[in-house]
Amino acid sequence: MTRLEFWQGNIACAEGALAAGCRFFGGYPITPSTEVAEHMARRLPKIGGTFVQMEDELASIASVIGASWTGTRAMTATSGPGFSLMMENIGYAIMTETPCVIVNVQRGGPSTGQPTRASQGDMMQCRFGSHGDSSIIAVSPASVQEMYELTAKAFNLADRYRVPTFVMTDEIIAHMRERIEVPDAVEIMERRQLEKGTLPFAAGADGVPGFPTFGQGHGVHVTGLTHDEQGYPSSTDPGVHDRLVRRLVGKVEEARQEMADYEVTNPDAEVVFISYGSPARPVKQAVRDMDDERVGSLRLRVVWPFPDFALQEFKNARVFLVPELNLGQIAREAARHTAVPVVPVPELGGELHTPARLAGTAEEYL
Amino acid sequence: MPHIYCTGCGNGTVINCTLNAVNQMGWEPENTVFISGIGCSSRAPGYIITDSLHTTHGRAIPFATGVKLCRPDLHVVVFTGDGDLAAIGGNHFIHACRRNIDLTVVCMNNYIYGMTGGQGSPCTPLGAISTTTPYGCDEAPFDLASLAVAAGANYVSRWTSYHVKELTRAVKAGLETPGLSFIEAMVQCPTGYGRRNKLRDARLMVQWMRDHAVLMKKWKEMEAEGRPLPEDKFPVGEFVRRYRPAMGVHEE
Repeated sequence: MTRLEFWQGNIACAEGALAAGCRFFGGYPITPSTEVAEHMARRLPKIGGTFVQMEDELASIASVIGASWTGTRAMTATSGPGFSLMMENIGYAIMTETPCVIVNVQRGGPSTGQPTRASQGDMMQCRFGSHGDSSIIAVSPASVQEMYELTAKAFNLADRYRVPTFVMTDEIIAHMRERIEVPDAVEIMERRQLEKGTLPFAAGADGVPGFPTFGQGHGVHVTGLTHDEQGYPSSTDPGVHDRLVRRLVGKVEEARQEMADYEVTNPDAEVVFISYGSPARPVKQAVRDMDDERVGSLRLRVVWPFPDFALQEFKNARVFLVPELNLGQIAREAARHTAVPVVPVPELGGELHTPARLAGTAEEYL
Repeated sequence: MPHIYCTGCGNGTVINCTLNAVNQMGWEPENTVFISGIGCSSRAPGYIITDSLHTTHGRAIPFATGVKLCRPDLHVVVFTGDGDLAAIGGNHFIHACRRNIDLTVVCMNNYIYGMTGGQGSPCTPLGAISTTTPYGCDEAPFDLASLAVAAGANYVSRWTSYHVKELTRAVKAGLETPGLSFIEAMVQCPTGYGRRNKLRDARLMVQWMRDHAVLMKKWKEMEAEGRPLPEDKFPVGEFVRRYRPAMGVHEE
């Protein structure tokens, strides 16, 4: 059974988190993400959860990480400048393998930029914004329905791989109202617990150690310093650092096939759009309007780790067109994985590409 | 035990006093969590066998806030230093006091950045030499205990590493008091601070603190009588003990 609602994207995001079992939200108001926090503030206390408005974004993500160590599913939501402020502690979450969900409702940047307009300018920041080598997971919803589903999925991915997981949405999806089918329940994958007697940072074949929840007698020391498998600092031994960082990156990168989540339209196409988030909507319309099997589309629901193999599904591709609300961040990533020309189709300023413009661009390459 | 502290460091004394107070409370290790930021003080949890988070610079308190709000039944103690708490972490500190969240914050104030090599901190005294104040510090230091009182903490106390018994009692009082407890423990740092300020010997530094600490009762008498407060001396003892509404308090 499902029920129908007419929700704003940010509300669907909050509801998806709650359905997935999120019981802690620490945040700081910032446009255009604020409705997520406001909705959590209303809902969490009624279901035994905790909402806290922290003094800034650094504190917000810190409180989320602290909450996660008690075994609680925890989340924060922010936008551009707040996201930049979170970067150091995001690195801490990566290093300490703390599952958490960070929603970034992207707005125009750099700096204060356009608080009320959409952008996809933080796609590289979420991937590479924190210092050091690392890898993260990011999902990108293209509808209010997906705000619900992918936020819930983000919690499962975060727990499964013990890595911060990002919901990289934008102002358009976040503030849009759409009909949504709300299921009675969503799939929940529990965080695998550390077995008694095993080392807290010793991983099995999948590179992911069991989680030593606080308050259960593990006596675990968690540090952002390079640490050995016991969890204790060992920051001068090159071997320890090498093994740890390779494992942290590898556990995500090697699972990219397993995590991949994308939609293919017209696999025999010669001109192929690659899209994620709100530009996927005009792409869908343009492909439908053109009604030409030579024009296809690849839509990513999981953007990081980037599903490089998905490009191979288009055997006849002569060009990949990548409409993004930035100057070509994912276009550049796509170009790393194919010999076929990749052409960015940027749109800045907050407006979405029109289907007509995209169809026109596709025509140029047919 | 192998540790990273320098010869003569006062941090061990503060850890000892804190653990003694925790023991007196009868808390089980599995129900007690130590959380710290970055710096010499913040290495303390690594030497204690409980669950512990050694976090990022200045942010120990917000991490602790997340732990405490999700698990009010856990006892959460924060170790921090003057640079960690009052410079980069200053905003978190005052807001935690305002929220009056049920944490015990123990600050090892050595008036210097120790681990980074003796730079000036927000608590470096006027005129003191550090690697970033080579001509003498010309900024007034923070009075951390008074700051905590003004910001709303329920329990605030200051002692030094000379006052071992008093410090232990103060930490215990902090652990017992619901809401935010702040215990400022002034400690000697012969390596980073002392050797540049004619206090190279740890013993001399402890004696200096003993001789310049004035008991709160006497300090208040001097204030009440309008007597001039000596500039190089500081009050020690309980600054406040009150029961403002607190967050994250475990209900039995």
